Amino acid sequence: MSLMTINLKVWRQKNAETPGKFEDYKLDEVSEHMSFLEMLDVLNEKLIKEGKDPVEFDYDCREGICGSCNMVINGRAHGPKHKTAACQLHMRTYNDGDTIVIEPPRAAAFPIVKDLVVDRSAFDRIIEAGGYISVKTGAAPEANLIPVAQDTSNDAFDYATCIGCGGCVAACPNSSAALFTGAKIAHLNSLPQGQPERDKRTIAMVNQMEKEGFGDCSNYAECEAVCPVGISISAIAEMRRDYIKAIF
Amino acid sequence: MKLDPKIPSGPLAEKWTKHRNDIHLLSPNNKRKHKVIVVGTGLAGASAAASLSELGYNVEVFSILDSPRRAHSIAAQGGINAAKNYQNDGDSVWRLFYDTIKGGDYRSREANVYRLAENSNYIIDQAVAQGVPFGREYGGLLDNRSFGGAQVSRTFYSRGQTGQQLLLGAYQAMMKEVHSGRVKMYNRHEMLDLVLIDGKARGIITRDLVKGTINRYEADAVILCTGGYGNVFYLSTNAKNSNATAAWRCHKRGAAFANPCFVQIHPTCIPVSGDYQSKLTLMSESLRNDGRVWVPRDKDEKRPPNQIPEEDRYYYLEERYPSFGNLVPRDVASRSAKLVCDEGLGVGDTGLAVYLDFRDAIKRDSKEVIQAKYGNLFDMYQNITDENPYEVPMRIFPAVHYTMGGLWVDYNLMSNIPGLFVAGEANFSDHGANRLGASALMQGLSDGYFIVPYTVGNYIADEDLPKVSTDHKAFDEAAESSTKIMDKLLSIKGSKTVIEFHRELGKIMWDKVGISRSKEGLESAIEEIRALREEFWQNVNVPGDANYFNKYLEFAYRVADYFELAELMAIDALDRGESCGCHLRDEYQTEEGEALRNDKEYAFVSAYEYLGVNGKLETKLHKEELDFEFVELKQRSYK
Repeated sequence: MSLMTINLKVWRQKNAETPGKFEDYKLDEVSEHMSFLEMLDVLNEKLIKEGKDPVEFDYDCREGICGSCNMVINGRAHGPKHKTAACQLHMRTYNDGDTIVIEPPRAAAFPIVKDLVVDRSAFDRIIEAGGYISVKTGAAPEANLIPVAQDTSNDAFDYATCIGCGGCVAACPNSSAALFTGAKIAHLNSLPQGQPERDKRTIAMVNQMEKEGFGDCSNYAECEAVCPVGISISAIAEMRRDYIKAIF
Repeated sequence: MKLDPKIPSGPLAEKWTKHRNDIHLLSPNNKRKHKVIVVGTGLAGASAAASLSELGYNVEVFSILDSPRRAHSIAAQGGINAAKNYQNDGDSVWRLFYDTIKGGDYRSREANVYRLAENSNYIIDQAVAQGVPFGREYGGLLDNRSFGGAQVSRTFYSRGQTGQQLLLGAYQAMMKEVHSGRVKMYNRHEMLDLVLIDGKARGIITRDLVKGTINRYEADAVILCTGGYGNVFYLSTNAKNSNATAAWRCHKRGAAFANPCFVQIHPTCIPVSGDYQSKLTLMSESLRNDGRVWVPRDKDEKRPPNQIPEEDRYYYLEERYPSFGNLVPRDVASRSAKLVCDEGLGVGDTGLAVYLDFRDAIKRDSKEVIQAKYGNLFDMYQNITDENPYEVPMRIFPAVHYTMGGLWVDYNLMSNIPGLFVAGEANFSDHGANRLGASALMQGLSDGYFIVPYTVGNYIADEDLPKVSTDHKAFDEAAESSTKIMDKLLSIKGSKTVIEFHRELGKIMWDKVGISRSKEGLESAIEEIRALREEFWQNVNVPGDANYFNKYLEFAYRVADYFELAELMAIDALDRGESCGCHLRDEYQTEEGEALRNDKEYAFVSAYEYLGVNGKLETKLHKEELDFEFVELKQRSYK
């Protein structure tokens, strides 16, 4: 097993009101098998022993599915590996002596809570506006009464797999949430169950996205490039098409 | 303490229907006068909150995470069982019930398990109507796969992300109710205590994890949906923030803790690679449908796995359990893996792993077919281990995954504290001594969508619940006690970090309260836990203060609670002088090394009353005898 020395530049910020800055840290004996977040755990253990404030960052499942982690690593949301959440990144991606810059995802709609932790509740409010099918508990018909072609179901799944991390927003020069919003709209609008609310849902979610202060989409496609689950920007095309249809 | 399970009388298949017909209802205009608190937003919490709000109650929901969608139900991979019999393979509610009660090694309540099997079909209907994209056949109808412990195909799935899709369905249903204005959502709020007034659960104390403030919320009923306590072991497949604090603090307020020693060790996880390891990653049990588990026959085997010929491979599950083979239940698979590793046959650098090999499945079905079924799991495996499982067999080893134990509840899912309901993994009710695969999602959603909405309503209709104020002295006392614990932890400023203590505790638990247990091991575990707990309270180093976002302070109070819970788990494991399901006592095995139950003396639910900690955990054991009216207790056999 090879051990490395890693230099870190980590964004430290007490809260949204206080200006932040980069701090430099040096870690010796980083194992190549460590995950990126385990490397930060090691840093924090060291900081705590030195009587310093550990770095706050969001994480939970560490399996790439909860969407908690979304730090920007060397300028790229979730780091250099394609279709890989930050928690699934391993130190074997780096070399001895490398310097790694770690920042929070920066967007007006994601205010900083502390260090690398941001407030992503804007995403919940977009879902709240219409990201659901209104079926009350108990009101559902027998499941096989609604056949869904296998391809349709697979496409819906591909959009539904979004983990809500916000990496797309961090990567977008406009801080747009179009990929996140489009993915939910495309998931629900593609299914027969989603048809009755199709127009209402699309308009409400798009309006909420704008209200939250996310920028517009200019087709940079940076969002798709960093998405840890590989959501296609065709979601945005679906959203736009449905939005135009809905408002006329 | 009196524990009345309140199981309705009558034939098994009619109990739940009869109960629903008997329980009391509230009119719609009365429902809106009542408030219910839901703690946790996994499958149980989100589905309960959505359903109660749809009925008209005011619901306040609390999550420790920044969004309710991130609760750890999201990580469940394989699937959800239901007795639809879409495969025409002879499945039925009775068979799902029977498999579940047998899988649990006859340590669960018949009535609860039967109801679970009945509800299973409605869950699938509900999820499909919400737009959950389950796997489908070419004709557009729902597909199924097989899972361990069953001989029928009854598992519904969304590739390897079934938990994610079901949770998003429940989360979206709840967000619809946030939109309606009846659900109020509190993110990054952690429940620190339960408030009792006149002996009833009337509110909670929370900590705002961003601002650090201590807050008070009153209600007519509290539903705890905070998941399991697998993180006692430090390393587990649970998420890093999953914890037992809310449940443990309810226990300290008088809620009985049931079957604490029943911990499921999942057989197919990625092995530990080093000391820095922060968690373990599960590889779905569904992989055992196509993967074959083996180790080399020779201890001194040095060849890479692909060069080991058939005759030198020991397919130990297929050889020992010919009728279930690689699909034996989880406890049997985990124990068998440990046994072959104990015999020195384990593989990899540490010798603590076995192979899960897809060579034959790829040869039979093609790489494309295997990729379509398990692509995301294979990618995840490769990402973590840097090995390609299409070419070399996966290395897997058991890891702590799920806790069947939890707060004791009656048939209504109410604890022995009136007004405190417990749903999902946080309660003990349905899985006995071992949970079958694809049953956790089923239970969380059965509890949340189809049980608590009825039973909470019944409680509120029956009880006299005068308005209470958060100025009540019970709120003052609970808020002060929560603050005191944090102040104490922050004042110690010792030399060892919380994580160091947690890791040490986890090692004691894994070595002595893990896959197999013995009297000597458990007795020494109890001593070691006590000693380490003493040291923790003298020497822990918690950084910062309580007035802002401070994750290590959160960890500190959670670990403080684990230290007490860990001792209770060992006490329970020591008391249970039999082997059953996941609880294997070395002293109680059949000649073939299978779990040897003792139905005469141990066919009961152990339920503990908290009496305090004074160097050691003071606790009192109460027993709920399990009556088996409808199934015959048999030695489980998967041969």
